[in-house]
Amino acid sequence: MSKPTTTPIVTVPLWRAAHGRTGDKGNRSNISVIAWHPSLYAAIAEQITEARVAQQFAHRRPTRVARHELPNLHALNFVIDDVLDGGVNDALNLDSHGKALSFLLLELELELPASLAPLLRGPEP
Amino acid sequence: METLRIGCAAGFSGDRTDAAGPVVEALVAAGGPAALIFETLAERTLALAQLARRRDPSAGYEPLLDALLAPVLAPCLRHGIRIVGNFGAANPRGAALRIRALAHELGLAAPRIALIHGDDVSGPEHRDALARLLGASIAGREIVSANAYLGAEPIAQALRAGAQIVVAGRVADPSLAVGPALAHFGWAGDDWDRIARATMAGHLLECGAQVTGGYYADPGVKDVPGLARLGYPIAEIEADGTCVIGKPAGSGGIVDEHTVKEQLLYEVHDPRAYLTPDVVADIGAAEVQAIAADRVRLGGVRGHPRTGTLKVNVCFESGWLAEGEISYAGPRAEARARLAAQVLRERLAGLGALRADLIGVASIFGDDGGQWLAAVPPRDDVRDVRLRVALRHADRASAERLAREVTALYTCGPAGGGGVRTALRPTLGTVSCLLPREQVRAGFEMLD
Repeated sequence: MSKPTTTPIVTVPLWRAAHGRTGDKGNRSNISVIAWHPSLYAAIAEQITEARVAQQFAHRRPTRVARHELPNLHALNFVIDDVLDGGVNDALNLDSHGKALSFLLLELELELPASLAPLLRGPEP
Repeated sequence: METLRIGCAAGFSGDRTDAAGPVVEALVAAGGPAALIFETLAERTLALAQLARRRDPSAGYEPLLDALLAPVLAPCLRHGIRIVGNFGAANPRGAALRIRALAHELGLAAPRIALIHGDDVSGPEHRDALARLLGASIAGREIVSANAYLGAEPIAQALRAGAQIVVAGRVADPSLAVGPALAHFGWAGDDWDRIARATMAGHLLECGAQVTGGYYADPGVKDVPGLARLGYPIAEIEADGTCVIGKPAGSGGIVDEHTVKEQLLYEVHDPRAYLTPDVVADIGAAEVQAIAADRVRLGGVRGHPRTGTLKVNVCFESGWLAEGEISYAGPRAEARARLAAQVLRERLAGLGALRADLIGVASIFGDDGGQWLAAVPPRDDVRDVRLRVALRHADRASAERLAREVTALYTCGPAGGGGVRTALRPTLGTVSCLLPREQVRAGFEMLD
């Protein structure tokens, strides 16, 4: 058996490969994840799963995470239920809308072939 | 059919009031049919307006109405730019009267002003239906407001009847743009694809600068030029409903594929079924394409028949929110802030859940239950921490105790605490339901 050729892999925070914005309705949050470049979308769609997002927000006890794929836009839209401690009317959080939550999602790690690294945004850590 | 240009000059109550001027200048320079929209109603803004109207029957509309309209009323009327806004809030008639007076003060001929009615469903004729739909969630509550989200039809009717200014209360945000498009292009009420396209144009406009580089900047990653002088958006809508988003020449901000995609998905759940009173819009196959500097085309939007119901938001009085803050700095700042939180927990035991945040260490991402903060290991190198605590209570006197205990930390708390601020405010709760469309009688009337 011949050894498979291995391409070097880089691990980066998701915010270097994608950007996003949080919206809220009641106790439900939606967070977009938009690839900085079309070539980055496949890795994002493969690795940024409902399960990983649920894990990232586990301390806020979401009851459901749904992921919608928008391949034309090279984007994902996550809908996270019951993640806002009741939402703007009931939460005690300073940010009762959860406006900052996109930045928590964008801290997830992403693995990419090193050949795609030139497409990343922002400073290398 | 000529292109319709729609500019947006406000995305929420509290938006910049100097936004409209450059947008109107750009609409005038472009020539052709145009409208200017103002979106100033968030979920709870209307309940706050209702409370203001209870105190003063002539109030209850957007408090910044004069500041928003005065700079642009004359050029809009002179150049035939129709103005559509939900700045009527809980009192569209009061807003319409104020606009007429403002025009008079500015030396302008009295404009034709229409007001939209039917969104207020707090009266006795809807009481049973709402009680049935909402059940226990509002039983025994003091209802402050109940409003249905109206669609674009009454706005379009008012414009067709010759209104130069349309004053609405609760209408769905994108409908502010769909109304002028329906009136201009004369689309059939079931032309779902075109209505969906105009709806998504309205969705891109409805938050003002959020599509032109506002709420987007992240230095070194997402750089935005001229954030302090952002240009607000203008949509050029074609007869097939597709649109190009741009902004006034020379203004700050940026319109590119990324700013447009962020706003396109903002507050969207299922992208294949974005529900409004006018249509079910589908952006599953949407395409966003930059065609020039600061010009982006949105295509590929499809529409499906609208649903048989309208969303209703009901607001009720829900008690009191008490908050208090105190700062610690220098050596062991975090340890002193944590100790202060412990003291408050002990002093306020029995009042219900108390949230504590260490601003500068862990605050925003955390949960009300404190699980996140508990997992953050204490550090001894943080030199500047602000403790913030909050609780809610049905009873005002109980909520006030938090303010007194935080203030008492001056003499009874850990060393060096300073900068106490406390706040106590009444809170509103919101529940929503879906009311059969035929139970809401939406329409317009011209101000005499």
